[in-house]
Amino acid sequence: MDALVNKRIKRVMKGDQDAFAEIVELYQHQLFQICYRMLGNRHEAEDIAQEAFTRAYVNIHTFDQKRKFSTWLYRIATNLCIDRIRKKKPDYHLDAEVKGTEGLNMYSKIANDEELPEEELMRMEVQERVQYEISRLPDKYRAAIVLKYIEELPLAEISEILDLPLGTVKTRIHRGREALRKQLSNL
Amino acid sequence: MMNACPEKVIRMMDDYLDGEISPSEEKELKESLENCSDCRKIYQELTKTIAFVQSASHVQAPPDFVQKTMAGLPKESQRVGIKRFMRHHPLMIAAALFVLLMSAAMMSSFSDDQQFSFTKQENLVVEGQTVVVPEGQTVVGDLTIRNGDLRVDGELEGDVTIVNGQYMASSGVINGEIEEIDQAFEWLWYTIKGTFQDAVSFFGGNDQSIDE
Repeated sequence: MDALVNKRIKRVMKGDQDAFAEIVELYQHQLFQICYRMLGNRHEAEDIAQEAFTRAYVNIHTFDQKRKFSTWLYRIATNLCIDRIRKKKPDYHLDAEVKGTEGLNMYSKIANDEELPEEELMRMEVQERVQYEISRLPDKYRAAIVLKYIEELPLAEISEILDLPLGTVKTRIHRGREALRKQLSNL
Repeated sequence: MMNACPEKVIRMMDDYLDGEISPSEEKELKESLENCSDCRKIYQELTKTIAFVQSASHVQAPPDFVQKTMAGLPKESQRVGIKRFMRHHPLMIAAALFVLLMSAAMMSSFSDDQQFSFTKQENLVVEGQTVVVPEGQTVVGDLTIRNGDLRVDGELEGDVTIVNGQYMASSGVINGEIEEIDQAFEWLWYTIKGTFQDAVSFFGGNDQSIDE
């Protein structure tokens, strides 16, 4: 698989767009899935997944072929998703972390403010509800949870995609898991 | 609610769910879960949560995704490609330039030096393309021979460099180093080495020339 992908990438580097179409074909669903779970919206997911592929194409010469292509591609996509999530709430100093809570910043506060009323939650289908709860997670936890449980990637790969030490990835998965547990406890 | 359970149990749960727990801790965790209903509840909720998240149906990209993505790619002109190549491979460009310049320099000096020549020293005898140190004679000084061979029947006190020729085994004695350069490539290397040494001695010799 990797050898096949690398062959195509070499062709793309030589300016062969058809080879890139084959790469898009190969990764489209996984990339779309990551974006969809991160953003919770098909339209935005399509937008960002396309943008991610475009960036991969334009910057293909910066890809180190000794590494795994999917890791590089997912990294571009998760960064774009996190940017998009942050841009949606432009009026606050969102990056300022709330004291004493690693990773908990104004996003999570705002997300909590937007909580839907109980009876509406009860009307939701399970799938819908799970997606809603994932999209309420702070973006940092969200990326880790999506990569771990939906893409089912090994921790080492997640650490490379998010450019974070293994320990930090674990912490984020634990906290994301714990937050989801609380959010889903009435299901 | 979570605080009611010891932190260690929570940590062991996390390790277990990450698939990174030691057998002894796994046993300890099982015991804790049996003995503490709050711990058990958290554990069950966590596994349920994971199952829910994993069961989230896998979504697919829209059917026209590939076509749309490809249509959105920037069309790059050839010049952009060349520019990008130069930007990403500065070393390669430098190396190509170096090779180009060096090969031009080498070719000119290489073809200039196609003629038979040798360092003039006393007592040397030339037989056709062969330089000979005659029997019973002693030649003192370094010797460079281009496009010719060397035979030593007498004695030579000095270093020998032979370009495009060979040292023919003979009965004489050489008190010095012998260097044979046969191919264009080696000649190139020799020239570079020489140029470098010239440059060093030029810079090193600056002071002396001022004194004069």
